[in-house]
Amino acid sequence: MRAKESVGHTLRFALGLCVACSVVVSGVAVLLKEPQAINKMRDRHKKMLSAAGLYDARSSVDPERLMERFSVRLVDLERGEFLQEGDAPASLNVIAYDQREAATDPQLSRPLGKQDIAGLGRRARYAKVYLLPGEQGGWEQIVLPIHGYGLWGTLYGFLVLRGDANTVTGISFYEHKETPGLGGEVENPIWRRQWRGKQIFDAQGNVALRVLKSGARAASEGAAGTAADAASHRIDSLSGATLTSRGVENMITFWLGPLGFGPFLENIRSPKE
Amino acid sequence: MSSAKQSLLQPIFSNNPIALQILGICSALAITTNMNTTLVMCIALTAVTGCSNFFVSLVRSYVPNNIRIIVQMTIIASLVIVADQILQAFAYPISKQLSVFVGLIVTNCIVMGRAEAFAMQNPPGISFLDGIGNGLGYSVVLIFVGAIRELFGAGSLFGVTILPLVTNGGWYQGNGMLLLPPSAFFLIGLFIWLLRSWKTEQVEAREFTILPQAQQET
Repeated sequence: MRAKESVGHTLRFALGLCVACSVVVSGVAVLLKEPQAINKMRDRHKKMLSAAGLYDARSSVDPERLMERFSVRLVDLERGEFLQEGDAPASLNVIAYDQREAATDPQLSRPLGKQDIAGLGRRARYAKVYLLPGEQGGWEQIVLPIHGYGLWGTLYGFLVLRGDANTVTGISFYEHKETPGLGGEVENPIWRRQWRGKQIFDAQGNVALRVLKSGARAASEGAAGTAADAASHRIDSLSGATLTSRGVENMITFWLGPLGFGPFLENIRSPKE
Repeated sequence: MSSAKQSLLQPIFSNNPIALQILGICSALAITTNMNTTLVMCIALTAVTGCSNFFVSLVRSYVPNNIRIIVQMTIIASLVIVADQILQAFAYPISKQLSVFVGLIVTNCIVMGRAEAFAMQNPPGISFLDGIGNGLGYSVVLIFVGAIRELFGAGSLFGVTILPLVTNGGWYQGNGMLLLPPSAFFLIGLFIWLLRSWKTEQVEAREFTILPQAQQET
């Protein structure tokens, strides 16, 4: 057997090649991490502004300038209030706060037990919301970060509500692993457009917004509800993407419910004296 | 012409990877709906093929025969990851549009095909040129398909409106079929036909002839 074909040489060559390729690949990844992170942040901002109805693919406005109009605040989810000076751990910086990272930090998050309908595992104590101040005081738009498990992975996105903390302005997802053409249609502008004007809560303050297959009847429909009521609480699910649609509904139910932004939105609708 | 020039220019029309070797058609279907993604994919594939040919050729005398396919695969996969990272860093919106298809360059038969058929037997310099040449041949076909699909399907080229669509208040009724993947198949077939009408030497000889039907005894 020639030297090249010997077991020893084969192993050495394979090892050498793997080491060389690993070094190149990780080197490039580390070197380019910074510009990639900036790109991802810009993309997130564009998606957020798109959900808020302020930006689309044809806009010539600089998204970063639009972002300056929003004020960023941290919300204590349990109490449903903005974080005050003395509350939080002193090291929390609003701008630098990463809710996704915080969810893995035991000091800044809590585990979810059986109520974890969106498959989150843990939930951060403080959420980073973006607020667009209104002309006559109050808020014009409220941007809520949402995430939840779909079919192949977790979807991360923004739900934007109007100042009444009930009507939806829009929704967008900036990260997901769903199948292109099926679950991936959560990015389709036509599907996203139907979210505009929908109402989240019913008269009792429960989350009534559902994502349903066409023809399906929601639990709230029936003799008591009118057709118009039902329509404003209903989003058509995605064809061929049952599990992704279910994931979206679970996400909405969780984040607008008592374990999510429920208390926060309740306080906006009926401010405590 | 010199062998370097030959390696570079032959695969464009005389030995086109898609039209004659019939390799690498899959990605041609998915990303040719508009010229921007088409062009980026062409550049990515040409760069990957050139570099993979170069590196495979560099190590060709040391690769043990029983692991040579995996070695080629490792080199190609590493280069594709690097290309993907570069795209994500410097052309993020396009990389999102291309999504999985940049990663799928690894599965593109052209890259592996040239590595095995050329780079394993030739020096690095000319292997690199062969890789670039095949990438250019691939690009010619993709640009042909992409231009037709975008222009007659969406009425634009590189996003610039040329034929205003009826849906946008214009007069042009966009050809919906051109926006669907099968149309790329038809266009590639058309390209092969046009190419073989021009370069008749590419038309393959019939493998058998049908004999005239024998007389029947009733």
